[in-house]
Amino acid sequence: MSDFKITRSRRNVAWTGAGALIVVAVFAVFPYQFNSGTLNLMVQGFIVLTLASMWNLLAGYAGLVSVGQQAFVGLGAYGVLFLNIHSLPMFTALPIAAIFCGVAAVPLWWLVSRLRSGYFAIATWVLATTVMLVIEKFPSLGSGTGMSLPNTPNLGSAVLEADTYWIGLAVTVLALATVYLLLRGRLGLVLTAIRDDEVAARSSGVRVGSARMLVFVIAGIGCGAAGALLAVSQLIVQPSAVFSVQWTAEMAFAVVIGGIGTIEGPILGTAVYLVLQQTLSSYNAWYLIVLGLVAIVVVLVARRGLWGLADDYLHLRLFPVGYWLWTPEALASRRSVARLLSRTGG
Amino acid sequence: MAWVSAIIQGILIGGLYALFACGLSLMFGVMKVINLAHGDLAVVGGYIAVGVIAVTHLPVLLSFLIVVPLMAILGYVLQRTVLQAALNRSILTTLLVTFGLSVVIENGLLQFINAGSHSLGVGNSIVTGSFKISSQLQIAYLLLLIFGVAVVVLLGLQYFLSGSKYGRMIRAVADDREAAQLSGIDYRHVFGIAAAIAFATVALGGIAYGMYSQFSPTTGTNTIVLYAFAAVVIGGLGSLWGTLLGGIVLGVAQQIGAQISASDQLLAGYIVFLAVLVVRPQGLVARGART
Repeated sequence: MSDFKITRSRRNVAWTGAGALIVVAVFAVFPYQFNSGTLNLMVQGFIVLTLASMWNLLAGYAGLVSVGQQAFVGLGAYGVLFLNIHSLPMFTALPIAAIFCGVAAVPLWWLVSRLRSGYFAIATWVLATTVMLVIEKFPSLGSGTGMSLPNTPNLGSAVLEADTYWIGLAVTVLALATVYLLLRGRLGLVLTAIRDDEVAARSSGVRVGSARMLVFVIAGIGCGAAGALLAVSQLIVQPSAVFSVQWTAEMAFAVVIGGIGTIEGPILGTAVYLVLQQTLSSYNAWYLIVLGLVAIVVVLVARRGLWGLADDYLHLRLFPVGYWLWTPEALASRRSVARLLSRTGG
Repeated sequence: MAWVSAIIQGILIGGLYALFACGLSLMFGVMKVINLAHGDLAVVGGYIAVGVIAVTHLPVLLSFLIVVPLMAILGYVLQRTVLQAALNRSILTTLLVTFGLSVVIENGLLQFINAGSHSLGVGNSIVTGSFKISSQLQIAYLLLLIFGVAVVVLLGLQYFLSGSKYGRMIRAVADDREAAQLSGIDYRHVFGIAAAIAFATVALGGIAYGMYSQFSPTTGTNTIVLYAFAAVVIGGLGSLWGTLLGGIVLGVAQQIGAQISASDQLLAGYIVFLAVLVVRPQGLVARGART
């Protein structure tokens, strides 16, 4: 029986690792090639992709359907504003604000940790609104109207836009790499076990609560980083904008359309989001209407999203976090392959 | 005296919140649907009322005669199509679909109507009038009326669920869907009826809100859905009168908050909600553990 072989992916993925590096390198030279309109759009894409990766981790892997992630978007943005008021450069403030969001996620988790599914969803929503109302009580942070970042770097708009773009790219790459490495490791196995059978996982000694808390805190950091990036790119922080439930709508729809429970899904979903937003940008609210309708149709008709549809034909993993079992026959024929454990197949 | 007035106001506004909450509670109790679009549906009810009044010139207090049946039909159709399809899949799907509906409805209203505020019943003496108990204590007729409607709706629902044939079918399906099916009940039709009732109550809530305050397309997601859930959670799940109690607690908390400072009105309500979540997550009127 020594002929069994287990690999991370059905196909050899050495080239996808190299491919990822090349893609990042290509994205990194964008500021030399494209105008500010394109760069702004890309930064928006970075924000949504970071948010979507985090929401995917929450809903797709940990079973936590949060409708309140805008709490962390807002806290990240206000973190940058607060530090910038105290004359810290805004790009330095960004990582500190993100870490602060992770810290803030701990007490917030304590409030909602006992709730499941719909209750969790609505409690996080109320929590986000409550955080906004508390922030609005500080006149030094602009109360209910918000304020501009007071200490912006004196760089000229082209350099500033390029810097913002590179920071955005770094945040996104870091977010995707974190999610990938987490899911490849022990946490990935724990979350898969919880997703498949929570009671069985618990009785096998899996610490369900602490795994979920870890995911919530990481998602807090990620969404905080996206919010900080938002503040840095807009140079203004307004409570109703940064704490808008629309952020959760965008991240959730990007995940659902791309394919929930896969790392590739949010990337595809964000691309769809950007295309829709650009195509319909002159029709006001239409892009959210279409995005919502597409998301509803996708969850009802193609549960695994666009990436799931592609996966059925390609059996491709850009970010292999599961395992394939090669039986001796399959190794011999390389055609019929049994799937042992794959994140998207569950 | 200002505090007494605030508490009385809060209790009466609790009736409005109970109107929002009872449909939500019913849909969760019967179908396990957490309807994140509930607030937007109330706003839709309000806008339909605006349209109905503009076209038919009905008095605002009678507009429910057209709005409520329309919303009930919408509820039945939505449940039998989209919501049932989501229910057949998973709870996650149901949440995502209702969240999608919420975004689509809100932005649809923004797109096709406008972002401005509307209100119902300006100039109607019952809607805008009040009577004086003392120089500092005034009670608006409208709030009394809304509270009365909420009590009548809850009484009607209780009578309907315990006494009527369809009420018994709804309770049977809620208790044990398979057993009810084996007894020859088409649970999909029963779900549809429960959704129709829930939508009818939320339509009443929408009209009442439109008379009480101004509303815009974003009112549903900014406030109503949160109030409705807060009232359900505070009161305790699955209890009809719990939604009234939850609504009253929320309303009183908000009015007391408003006494401290105007900006604390909403905050006070949500803090009470979060406190209940921490201290007594099963709600004030407990009906077993929640999963």
